[in-house]
Amino acid sequence: MTASLTKQPNVDQWLSIGADGRVTIRSGKVDIGQRISTAMAVIAAEELDVALDRIDFAPVETGVSPDEGVTSGSNSMQDSGQAVRLATATARRHLVEKAAAALEVDPSTLELADGLIRSRDTNRSVTYWDLQGDQPFDIAIDPEVSVKAPETYQLVGGQTTARGMTELATGKTEFVHDMTVPGMLHARVVRPPHYHARLKELDESVAQRLEQSGFRVVRDGSFLAVAGADEYAVIKAAERLAAAANWNMGKGLPTRDIYESLTANERVSLPVADGIPRKEPVPPLGDPPTDAALTLSARYEKPYHMHGSLGPSAAMAKSEGEKLHIWTHSQGVYVLRESLADGLGMDEEDLHIIHAPGAGCYGHNGADDVAVDAALVAKAIPGTPVLLKWSREDEHAWEPYGTCMAMELRASLDADGSVIAWSQESFGDTYMMRPRSSPDGDGPRRLLPLRYRAEGVDDPVPQPAMRYHVGIHRNLDPLYIFPEPRLVKNLVRGLPLRTSALRTLGGFANVFAIECFLEELAEAAGIDSVEFRIRHLDDERARDVVKAAAEALYAGDTPPNRGRGIALSQYTNSKAYAAVGVELEVGDDANIKLHRAVVAVDAGQVVDPDGLAMQCEGGFIQAASWTLHEAVTFDRDGVTSRDWDSYPILRFGNIPEIETILMDRPGNPFLGAGEAIAGPAGAAIASALHNATGLRLRRLPFTPDAIRAAAME
Amino acid sequence: MAKITLRVNGEPHEIDTDPSTPLLFVLRNQLGLTGAKLGCGLEQCGACAVLVDGVSVLSCVRAVSEFEDNDIRTVEGLMENGQPSAVQKAFIDEGAAQCGYCTAGLVVATTALLSQDPNPDSTANDSALSDHLCRCGSHTRVLKAIKSLTVEGASGDR
Repeated sequence: MTASLTKQPNVDQWLSIGADGRVTIRSGKVDIGQRISTAMAVIAAEELDVALDRIDFAPVETGVSPDEGVTSGSNSMQDSGQAVRLATATARRHLVEKAAAALEVDPSTLELADGLIRSRDTNRSVTYWDLQGDQPFDIAIDPEVSVKAPETYQLVGGQTTARGMTELATGKTEFVHDMTVPGMLHARVVRPPHYHARLKELDESVAQRLEQSGFRVVRDGSFLAVAGADEYAVIKAAERLAAAANWNMGKGLPTRDIYESLTANERVSLPVADGIPRKEPVPPLGDPPTDAALTLSARYEKPYHMHGSLGPSAAMAKSEGEKLHIWTHSQGVYVLRESLADGLGMDEEDLHIIHAPGAGCYGHNGADDVAVDAALVAKAIPGTPVLLKWSREDEHAWEPYGTCMAMELRASLDADGSVIAWSQESFGDTYMMRPRSSPDGDGPRRLLPLRYRAEGVDDPVPQPAMRYHVGIHRNLDPLYIFPEPRLVKNLVRGLPLRTSALRTLGGFANVFAIECFLEELAEAAGIDSVEFRIRHLDDERARDVVKAAAEALYAGDTPPNRGRGIALSQYTNSKAYAAVGVELEVGDDANIKLHRAVVAVDAGQVVDPDGLAMQCEGGFIQAASWTLHEAVTFDRDGVTSRDWDSYPILRFGNIPEIETILMDRPGNPFLGAGEAIAGPAGAAIASALHNATGLRLRRLPFTPDAIRAAAME
Repeated sequence: MAKITLRVNGEPHEIDTDPSTPLLFVLRNQLGLTGAKLGCGLEQCGACAVLVDGVSVLSCVRAVSEFEDNDIRTVEGLMENGQPSAVQKAFIDEGAAQCGYCTAGLVVATTALLSQDPNPDSTANDSALSDHLCRCGSHTRVLKAIKSLTVEGASGDR
């Protein structure tokens, strides 16, 4: 049983049947553009035998929706998808039994079609809506209930238009940013120049003039915000307030080179075995085995990446007596509620948090923090709804980034080209700063705005994450059969920038390093790299995706001046398998032109093939953007990547043709796929770059400057 | 504050506003047309694009007072008789959105592109969309949607 079901074991917690012929599905997972509501609706309609358009997907809301933690880690299909499947299958069985009793026939004579249950014997019928309309089921989900056999699927695996597409294409979708309620005020925050700056003084005459012009200035220590009726006027007022603030800059940000810091700073080092860190001494690297025919070492590096949501984070809040309502695009309304209630000294029951659509977030971006900003302003202006939006600069400079990382690898091959020793150490800051209160009770410290109040909380001190394949050690464990790999995670202290969960956590960097290193080993051993991988795999499904991708990538001759490369991973060694192939060209200006990508993915039973393909395409494009362009920059006075010019991303003009190959596995468990592509995508680009130019680049991103510098070496 | 007259989606509107307010804020907050989005406020991302006399224009910086003599059309105003336009329908059919925050801008830019060039090649696509960022990676679907609307695409495999 998944945690989702253990926590919410009853059918009524997951669905209800209306007298109006509607079926409402309640999941604790939120749709953030990954089409999870479409996939869940398909599953529910399939198991209930109703038309897909009868399914409504309830907004996620504290006190109403199942508590499924955070929508993250590509867990939604495995947790919530499976829970919805079992809940709807249990409901269907219950409805059939009820119908048999009502119609006084044997259940085996009943036929179902779109909520109509008819007896073949008597031709009498009854509907779900008659039997159950607006009534609770009052039954527990049966984890052993029989679900539809794959060969009988009508909807699962078929073509489906994503829910909400018409509204998106016609401008009708209401994002948090679009909410309008009577009496609402717009608000903006005024942040310090950097994390460690504190408000020394504010020119009170400016604040007074703003108040006299009808604005509300909210100040609590170094937390500063302004609210007013007109959004653009509030933006201008925030600029005036910012100019009136004098900050104590302290020591500023540490400016030592991040790649030096990663391996020179104080750190917590733990060995990792079978995907889990051990509280044991780190074994020494030692000398290579005496029978090694070949030993290679390499170090790979990635910079800080930002989530870079296209819409700056936003939230609406309203304080009413003891109650505080918040509308947010947070990925974890219950998690946010717990930490914010703690931080504000409120009862959890008085905090009501409702998910509303936001821009894609790809992890822990500014969503939770802006909800806290809105809450602080709303509490200062009781009874008034406050819509607070971050500016583009706020989002770029204040979101928690994906950490910079270094990966140091060494491997030895025997005379046959088999890996006989493997070591990898990965270094980075934490990925685990979502506002969870557990395990260390520092939920409030993880909410940025609370650190700036007069009675502010301290910065959190991250501890190494210890669960299976999380944080820095996600996908540190190679998928390949290497004898007793030496694996070490290093949580590094004293790094300059704020970090938390970004799509794949350490998975992208670790797979990038492993797969690049395999290419180098295969080349040194004179073995084709696809063959080299297959030799070291004992998992048929992993072999199948790599073969499928290779077949598609290497069909036909490589056009002149182009290079091809391939890479593989299984996300967290337990979710979807993905192999990615890339064909690219390096121009005279040293820019990489992406021509073609092939993505072979095995996500178990496929529910929404078009949605899965879309996640693969989007995952490739985002990872290609990281690989070619992205690096957060900063100096002593703060982050200097403050807009899209100073933090460029991949654009139209360099989007390759992407062929997705879905390896359907009917009847197999769903395997989370939303993050499966990124790691192999980055490594495949590196490999294709080498194939095209002979250059091995080991530090991301592969900018023209980096390529030219490598060519000069 | 000043009275500004705007023609939006075929309807005239008289608005009382600070004339330096960017067009986007007037469309969203005074006319309730929230399809166009504020993504950067710096003319860097394309989420705020609207049609001005048939041309795709970024609306997040330029003052509303610049647009008094123009015909403005937002993503909402592209609908025809309450139905999605051909471009909108192509986006829907190709699933050309994930989170959808950039989608209105892309629909507007595509509409402008195809009205000027019914058979754009990939260079024309790239240049028409070069101001538009998408973070989810819906680019491939947007390009498919455009292709499906060209003469070549329509007579091809669709």
